[in-house]
Amino acid sequence: MCGIVGLLVKTPALREKLGELMVPMLIGMTERGPDSAGLAVFGNPLAETERKISLYSGLTEDGADFNWLGLTHELKAHLGVSASITPKGNHAILGFDIAPTVVKRWIKEHHPKLHILSTGRSIDLYKDIGTPAEVAARYGFAGLTGSHLVGHTRMATESAVTPDRAHPFTAGEDFCLVHNGSLSNPNGIRRMLEPRGITFETDNDTEAACRFLEWRLREGDDLETALQKGFEELDGFFTFLMGTPDKLALIRDPFACKPAVVAETDDYVAIASEFRSLAHLPGVKHATVFEPAPEEMYVWNA
Amino acid sequence: MERLTFDLAAQPLRELNTFLHTGAKEGKVGHVTVLNPDGAHNIAVGLDCPIEVEVVGHAGYYAGGMNKSATVTITGSAGTGVAENMMSGKVHVKGFASNGAGASAHGGLLVIEGDAGLRCGISLKGGNIVVGGSVGSFSAFMAQAGRMVICGDAGDALGDSLYEAVLYVKGKVKSLGADAQYEEMTEADIAAVASLLDQAGLDHDPKAFRRIASQRSLYHWNADANQEY
Repeated sequence: MCGIVGLLVKTPALREKLGELMVPMLIGMTERGPDSAGLAVFGNPLAETERKISLYSGLTEDGADFNWLGLTHELKAHLGVSASITPKGNHAILGFDIAPTVVKRWIKEHHPKLHILSTGRSIDLYKDIGTPAEVAARYGFAGLTGSHLVGHTRMATESAVTPDRAHPFTAGEDFCLVHNGSLSNPNGIRRMLEPRGITFETDNDTEAACRFLEWRLREGDDLETALQKGFEELDGFFTFLMGTPDKLALIRDPFACKPAVVAETDDYVAIASEFRSLAHLPGVKHATVFEPAPEEMYVWNA
Repeated sequence: MERLTFDLAAQPLRELNTFLHTGAKEGKVGHVTVLNPDGAHNIAVGLDCPIEVEVVGHAGYYAGGMNKSATVTITGSAGTGVAENMMSGKVHVKGFASNGAGASAHGGLLVIEGDAGLRCGISLKGGNIVVGGSVGSFSAFMAQAGRMVICGDAGDALGDSLYEAVLYVKGKVKSLGADAQYEEMTEADIAAVASLLDQAGLDHDPKAFRRIASQRSLYHWNADANQEY
């Protein structure tokens, strides 16, 4: 079991309240996922040449005392890059304006235990072990702003309870995915992708789905085509919620084994595994509430 | 008869269910209103006295489950397993219902005015279900007794491995399950559909429905089938 939440605000004024509206949604899914939590938030994109990566230091020896400022000094000394850093305990967002592959390769060489959570121009990603309330407080989720976000509460079934196996998973740039369910062919997907040069960071089944769909997008599929190929290739139980810089997308397996419910008003689209995570939203009593059908694609534009 | 209101925004669900299991049996309270259900699970489960419960809003999993004698109305939608294993009485959902609605119901009437999700009426054991909208795939799977009236469409594998339950569908059926077949509507069928629609408060022409029942070809092991099933 796991819990999924998603929120996309249509009214620009609500962008400032994105995190505040979302925190009760995430906490509402605690019973479905008490062991880890995470979210990806999408905001205004950086300039064309700029990138940001979300980093997690909880797996390093220094943990939350990691010397984030020192990291920027090292980057300056080694790569000659002026990077910005926004630290929050064991998490930081690193901004720079060179190719992200160069920075990421350098981080992997010099700080192999520093976990790269996401890369892109729009996405910031946070995830850690702990209850949703603990993780939300740890990173100040209530203060997050942006146009849309994808969140998850985890009750692990397919791989261990560790920060890197929490959701959302990311692949490539500005793409993330959360999953409620269990895939039956993740190893087959890995064996198909690995010879194509796609590397995996965990043994988690969701990572296979995430890398598969991002690979299709990178190969030129639009989101709908990629999702259609997902229906054909990914076997098992799933409700997937995905985020891109301008879209939220939801699909459910043909047996609808895992739940999902949507509430839509003029101000927002909110998605959750169950209605109890939507019940607090303003105006939800007059929202259009529906259950997404199995094997259908639901795509909302930010 | 007295009326009582429980506001689940201010009172724990257990207070409501405890009253419905104990105090309600004294017979003084005839109607209970439940405010702010907010998708909570197990609202008004296991009732066994003739009381009316109105849930104003959206209910979570298993609302009205195991109901006996009571009438439970949900003005919004219902989550997974509404009226699961109902014995008697009535559960009425004004909105839509999620998967497994009325699963294994032994008796009583489940009315869903909107759509029902997948596996509606799975393993039905004698209850009646009327769905104003459409039902998802695998509905009435292995249904043993009782009737389902579907005013909209049905998904894949409707009535797969049916026993003696009978299904009536007005709209399109994506596919029938193994051993299910269309049969002629008799006068008795039309009267049964008319009666169930009337009890559900839905207005449809009973003659517009098709009857689906079991071919009964899976009832006995067929040694000549050469292990094909």
